[in-house]
Amino acid sequence: MTNKVKFAVIGPGNIGTDLLYKLKRSRVLEPVWMVGVDPTSEGLRRARDMGLKTTDLGVDGLLPHVREDDVRIAFDATSAYVHPENSRKLGELGVMMIDLTPAAVGPYCVPPVNLKEHIGKREKNVNMVTCGGQATIPLIAAVSRVQSVAYAEIVATIASKSAGPGTRKNIDEFTRTTAGAVEKIGGARQGKAIIIINPAEPPLIMRDTVHCLTEEPPKQREITESVHEMLREVQRYVPGYRLVNGPVFEGDRVSLFVEVAGLGDFLPRYAGNLDIMTAAAARAGEMFAEEMLR
Amino acid sequence: MTTRVTVHDMTLRDGMHPKRHRMTLDQMRTIARGLDDAGVPLIEVTHGDGLGGASVNYGFPAHYDEEYLAAVVPRMKRAKISALLLPGIGTVDHLRMARDLGVHTIRVATHCTEADVGEQHIKFAREMEMDTVGFLMMSHMNDPKGLVQQAKRMESYGANCIYITDSAGYMLPEDVRVRVDAVRQALEPQTELGFHGHHNLAMGVANSIVAIEAGANRIDAAAAGLGAGAGNTPTEVFVAVCERMGIVTGVDLSKIQDVAEDLVVPIMDRPIRIDRDALTLGYAGVYSSFLLFAKRAEEKYGVPAREILVELGRRGMIGGQEDMIEDTALTMAKERRS
Repeated sequence: MTNKVKFAVIGPGNIGTDLLYKLKRSRVLEPVWMVGVDPTSEGLRRARDMGLKTTDLGVDGLLPHVREDDVRIAFDATSAYVHPENSRKLGELGVMMIDLTPAAVGPYCVPPVNLKEHIGKREKNVNMVTCGGQATIPLIAAVSRVQSVAYAEIVATIASKSAGPGTRKNIDEFTRTTAGAVEKIGGARQGKAIIIINPAEPPLIMRDTVHCLTEEPPKQREITESVHEMLREVQRYVPGYRLVNGPVFEGDRVSLFVEVAGLGDFLPRYAGNLDIMTAAAARAGEMFAEEMLR
Repeated sequence: MTTRVTVHDMTLRDGMHPKRHRMTLDQMRTIARGLDDAGVPLIEVTHGDGLGGASVNYGFPAHYDEEYLAAVVPRMKRAKISALLLPGIGTVDHLRMARDLGVHTIRVATHCTEADVGEQHIKFAREMEMDTVGFLMMSHMNDPKGLVQQAKRMESYGANCIYITDSAGYMLPEDVRVRVDAVRQALEPQTELGFHGHHNLAMGVANSIVAIEAGANRIDAAAAGLGAGAGNTPTEVFVAVCERMGIVTGVDLSKIQDVAEDLVVPIMDRPIRIDRDALTLGYAGVYSSFLLFAKRAEEKYGVPAREILVELGRRGMIGGQEDMIEDTALTMAKERRS
């Protein structure tokens, strides 16, 4: 156990708990702290049951223990509003932040596209964009590596039951951060993001639509191949990621329609939006941990 | 006691749907001036899907919201201008832009069960001291008790007016009555109440009257009904009915008839009427702006629009999910081939 990197999770909600379930299987990461703000929180209780130390005093409750417990990575699953402060406080103690909120303090990280670029940089904070970003940006990158994309737009539809208070309060941050990463990581000259929260019962599985407008007429065969290659890449850590329809080619438009079913670790299968986020964060965390152990 | 209602014009916003968001600045200016002159007190101007609606998904407009608003706002003598915003599509940045251009009223539209996604935007508009409206779309998909809960949320964020919005043109008069009545009783007395109808089952005017009887005092309508689906409540008809009933709108009946007939009908790309597809929207409870997308999918994939719309209704698709129309048509076409 001594050769694992110890980490804390901030935010014992759905995302934080699912992340814990995923990373308890890790060979390189070991969970030690769960940080919340509500003493009656279910998530804190679950973390205690799993053998973690917990605090309900927020990040301030964790700070005095960072050194003695050797916490080197913190996953922040709170909200865009509190993340900057969490990042500042833990950053001062040398803890690396993996940010699952749309705060976008650090550089964007979409593992199948740019995880390797983060190696060796000793970054203090990386941002996991948004669920919609994780589900769509790999596909935009799959198109833009074939030819120039003038404009890309994503529509993420998630089940109402999978949209926690954080997502609801941060809806503008979702659209801004996702659009920014569609450009920066997806490689589109201009990006736009739309999110829809659908209350249907039974809850619908996360759906994502990608529309790209290419500068020159789309090279259909190359784009189709590139997209299928990228799908396999994402499926390595999100097995429920699947192309439902497309690519549709119409003029300079390329459209892709995907579905994201979760693994069902802690969250129900329909919440693929949360699953793809925690799976991406876990993948990033493991890579950074391996680097720290080297 | 005289009943007074505020007519809120939709021609230049909901009317953008049947125009595929391609209205010219000149058409906007001319119609807005006609409405102002007819005494319509409040006129909505934006992309059909609200501020920031310009997209592949909903259609690229002929001009951006900034240009439309800048063209219309300074030319109004009495009328105020409103702008719609759907959280998840537009952001507070768009609200700031609209306010800077002189927009008076902000309407924050959410699905009827998801009012809390509008908290940021309602609070912002309230802080800017704008007339702030919470707009509960697809209200037929929530029961009166549920709507009360959502309406109270919007009120608590700072909305001074709440709308029951029949985006699918699905509601029958009794559906409107029970919803408006429940919300009216639950909200603060100074909070205004509005109703937005679509004419897919020819209930636009009747439903608006029922809403007024149940306590609504703002009514959305469009000249010649120019709006999504079979259109909105036609303003000229609504104003005539109000006159007969002694409800005061302040709108000049002859002038609004002329706006409808002389300015709006001539710019229609196709007649606004209850064809089989628009009727299906009302019958199956489907978001009205899906209409043209379903017709285009029929043309491209050979699956009847009516069947696509019914399937979208069955799957519980809501406002904004235009991407699912092509997706559903593709899936249905695949199933038919196999």
